[in-house]
Amino acid sequence: MRTLVLAVPGWPGHLAGQHVDVRLTADDGYQAERSYSIASAPSANDRLALTVERLDDGEVSPYLAGELRIGDTLELRGPIGGYFVWDIAMGGPLLLVAGGSGICPLMAMLRLRQSAGGTVPTRLLYSSRSLEDVIYRDELDALAAMGSSLEVIHTLTREQPPGWEGFHRRIDAAMLSAVGWPPTDRPLIFVCGPTPLVESVADALVNLGHEPARIKTERFGPTGG
Amino acid sequence: MSFVSRAFKGRPRDQSRDARVPPGQYVVRDFPVLSAGPTPRTSLAEWSFSIEGEIDEEKHWSWAELRALPSETVTRDIHCVTKWSKLETTWEGVSVDTLLEGVETAAEYVMAFCDGGYTTNLPLEDVTGGKAWIAFAFDGQPLEAQHGGPARLLVPHLYFWKSAKWIRGLRLMNDDSPGFWETYGYHMYGDPWLEQRYSGD
Repeated sequence: MRTLVLAVPGWPGHLAGQHVDVRLTADDGYQAERSYSIASAPSANDRLALTVERLDDGEVSPYLAGELRIGDTLELRGPIGGYFVWDIAMGGPLLLVAGGSGICPLMAMLRLRQSAGGTVPTRLLYSSRSLEDVIYRDELDALAAMGSSLEVIHTLTREQPPGWEGFHRRIDAAMLSAVGWPPTDRPLIFVCGPTPLVESVADALVNLGHEPARIKTERFGPTGG
Repeated sequence: MSFVSRAFKGRPRDQSRDARVPPGQYVVRDFPVLSAGPTPRTSLAEWSFSIEGEIDEEKHWSWAELRALPSETVTRDIHCVTKWSKLETTWEGVSVDTLLEGVETAAEYVMAFCDGGYTTNLPLEDVTGGKAWIAFAFDGQPLEAQHGGPARLLVPHLYFWKSAKWIRGLRLMNDDSPGFWETYGYHMYGDPWLEQRYSGD
């Protein structure tokens, strides 16, 4: 994983959850385009942060997460997407469910919430393979420790550190029921990650009684944008 | 001098395949799933398809009635606005021309409407003349729910968000009107060859 911080003169601003399209051009004119979620909060003005997962067989991510150097220029377009967004005015309570690099757009929401001094009750349920794989780990710990009604709950599915007392399995209905808000609280729910996780989490939430219209999904991964 | 990304090489060029891939797209072998929300689960017993709106008399089909209509198997390339293209995909479905047989209308547009609330708008001429189907099978198998089953609209010449999943009907309209993604900034028409991804393209 590599976070790119980009200076974007004239950036019009964005909403938490939106993404940009990045375009690379080779010297024979060949072009490749991919989408990346904006991980930075809207308040960070003309500096955008994109967190890129390097895929071994990827075409663009190895360049962005490997070759790209400070001082290089990128062509990008955005912000894109108006549905998978959260703004303070939308309220809560907020349930954020992330798998792996799906944390990126949700991180923009958490950073927005924090920068606006928000106190919207929020719970993040974050699935990673191991503690080492948790992206933004220190920052999440710090945000949760601020006492602003944010809880961060990790589940580590493949490997746990000694003494780990948290969840250690894939997200399922029982975990969502234990961690999430009851359907009667009508939470706003954002789910982001690889397709199998998003599919099973969204299904489980609907079966637990949450309104489908209050569940927003975004699917990530090598071919999910 | 146009922009070049320092040291970017990209994948090896494949002339014969590149010619059939629209600008900005890359070819995938799997079949990505994208959606805005949870997958609707409608039983075949509850399912129906309607043609309504600017029409003298609404038309309705139950699942059995739809399946009794003549269907075709078609193989097409499909192109998603999120940049992936999948070549030679095979579908089975009922041509929209079959469903519109005998329908007299002055409408020039349709709004596809679906379980879960999804909608998308298209010109009527882009779903007629052998360009669109109500597809119920993919790759020889019943269409999976996460790919739009029991049935989805299939309009391969436009970006695939126009191929509305979980379709329940077409509403004939006199004027164009933005559907779900179009309301959120996506292009009203969506021609992949003109790279019409977002409004203003």
